[in-house]
Amino acid sequence: MVKSVLGVNHRGLRDWIVQRVSAIMLAIYFVGMSAYILTHPQLDYQTWHSLFSHAWMKISTLIFILALLFHAWVGMWTIFTDYIKQAGLSFLLQILVIVGLIACFFWALQILWGI
Amino acid sequence: MRFSIYRYNPETDKKPYMQDYDVDVKEYNCQMVLDALMAIKNHMDDTLSFRRSCREGVCGSDGMNINGKNGLACTMPLTSLNEPIVIRPLPGLPVSRDLIVDMSQFYKQYEKVHPYLQNNEPLPAKERLQSPEERAKLDGLYECILCACCSTSCPSFWWNPEKFVGPAGLLQAYRFIADSRDTETNTRLAGLADPFSVFRCRGIMNCVDVCPKGLNPTKAINHIKELMLAETV
Repeated sequence: MVKSVLGVNHRGLRDWIVQRVSAIMLAIYFVGMSAYILTHPQLDYQTWHSLFSHAWMKISTLIFILALLFHAWVGMWTIFTDYIKQAGLSFLLQILVIVGLIACFFWALQILWGI
Repeated sequence: MRFSIYRYNPETDKKPYMQDYDVDVKEYNCQMVLDALMAIKNHMDDTLSFRRSCREGVCGSDGMNINGKNGLACTMPLTSLNEPIVIRPLPGLPVSRDLIVDMSQFYKQYEKVHPYLQNNEPLPAKERLQSPEERAKLDGLYECILCACCSTSCPSFWWNPEKFVGPAGLLQAYRFIADSRDTETNTRLAGLADPFSVFRCRGIMNCVDVCPKGLNPTKAINHIKELMLAETV
């Protein structure tokens, strides 16, 4: 593996890439989902249920949710480091957000595979 | 013309306040905001303090907030402004007195990017040559006069002035990254790859909006990010 010239401390670049790549993934899912809803004006429970019963739909939705969680984390971390100057409070809020996002992930997992 | 000017003398005032002045701009032959400030200081109130030097937009001393927007008092025509003309010091920096701010934080960030040519190759007999194309890459970068109008209009610099380099510093960082004669490009990029130095820029382009020299720090910042990306993929 080629060693990066940027050294070990390039978390700024990593977060920046995560934010942009996850944004693209969110956009693709959003456009796809909008197209599906627009092309199914009489959308009922059965059609919706059968859509989400496919493994590919579960996996792409899970990827969408993961992208959303990572996107939210980078955004929230940026907001906290901008506006919360008290280190203890900032740390506490960051922990709360991480726990909340992980909980959302498992909740999404449970919903998707409960279908 | 009516002016409303921020006043604060830390030795005598508990709090800053705004003071109004009515200036006869015709009598004192005032064209620019700086002319009016000079008229106030010379004829009305010599306690008013502000920095100025070249009075033609080259030295960058008289950066201030005029009607809510940062700019140089010496190049801002009075005819372009609505009354009352509200003049405040550059936002986000500690005020020393009236319109004079303490620029230490700004210069510290400038120092961080090593704003000088670094070259570890042996010295040539005469000089380090550049092609016209290589030289052209420095256009839009070398013209910066360090007036601090851009950095002090940037919310990221307001919130993290000790961590975020700011548009002025980053424009200079890219000026040396882009220089064909500089051999420290990778070290320079590595020094900026943390979450704050360059990546706290969210691209809102306040810096581009206010630059009195018409430069584009956001573009330079994006070039830095692209070069970092190219180094890792």
